[in-house]
Amino acid sequence: MGLENALGDSFLTTKLEDAINWCRKNSLFPMPMGISCCAIEMMAFAGPKFDVSRFGSEVFRFSPRQSDVMIVAGTTTYKMAHVVRKIYDQMPDPKWVIAMGACTSSGGMYRTYSVVQGIDQFIPVDVYVAGCPPRPDNLINALMTLQQKVQRGESRGSSTAIIGDLRSNQPKPLPVIAG
Amino acid sequence: MNEHVVQKLKSRFGEGTFEFHEFRGELTAVVPRDQIVEVCRFLKEDPDLHFDLLADLCGIDMYTPVKRFGVIYNLYSLKSKHRIRLKTFTEEEDPKVPTVSTVWSTANWHERETFDMFGIVFIGHPDLRRMYMPEDFEHYPLRKDFPLMGIPGSLPLPKK
Repeated sequence: MGLENALGDSFLTTKLEDAINWCRKNSLFPMPMGISCCAIEMMAFAGPKFDVSRFGSEVFRFSPRQSDVMIVAGTTTYKMAHVVRKIYDQMPDPKWVIAMGACTSSGGMYRTYSVVQGIDQFIPVDVYVAGCPPRPDNLINALMTLQQKVQRGESRGSSTAIIGDLRSNQPKPLPVIAG
Repeated sequence: MNEHVVQKLKSRFGEGTFEFHEFRGELTAVVPRDQIVEVCRFLKEDPDLHFDLLADLCGIDMYTPVKRFGVIYNLYSLKSKHRIRLKTFTEEEDPKVPTVSTVWSTANWHERETFDMFGIVFIGHPDLRRMYMPEDFEHYPLRKDFPLMGIPGSLPLPKK
């Protein structure tokens, strides 16, 4: 099997933090917050053609308590914002958020009284994805961008992303725009 | 068929009760507010007319000093495949219209939606609660004097 064959009898040295972040980034379980049409693209992203299991994120968890990254896919109304926040609060640390699509990131074409003009008004977002809806490729790009952040131990939402809280006094990492 | 419906309505409710309009074959009757239930029941239950389907019920804000709010009923007859549109108007101070949910049950949720968006109160409605907006919301979003982006602070967001 892979690693044993490659390494033989030798060994690797690394920091525990880096090893754990490497494990985390390759097993990000998404919480599918599919609110509207972006959810269809999110399903394609998980399906066999785009096959997100190549990146270790194939296990969509419908329980927030078992998931690491929430993909908010769709128009978030003021009424739904409370539900999204409640589910986000139930996710264990460390946790990340991908804002998928124009509506989620900025309200999009719904410039109206009932739609939140960007979910970053009530939850911290790590990666924004452009598009209406974004293609599954673009969402994969967002996931890969997020993996880089996870490897660096960055999370906008949780302070315990880093082992031992070594960098907890540092300013919060900036969100990223993917694609 | 339109002439037939007009004749039927005139002979049942009198000559001057309604105001009729016809545009590209679509018949519209403006009905006095107090008679709307009676007229609807007649249109539905008369075996000749048989308007058994309430295709849509919606509100309108004319934004005029008198007769500001209106309710529009689009009726369809599955038997004769014929349509008629009824309109009734009400004043801004007291926007009340009798419910037709006793005639067509489907009017129940349509009237709730109209109440939610325009604040038109349907007298005798069994369950007049808001449909889309939160229950403690105090405004009516489809009124012409409601700003497009809403009233700041009227819809609270969860704490960050």
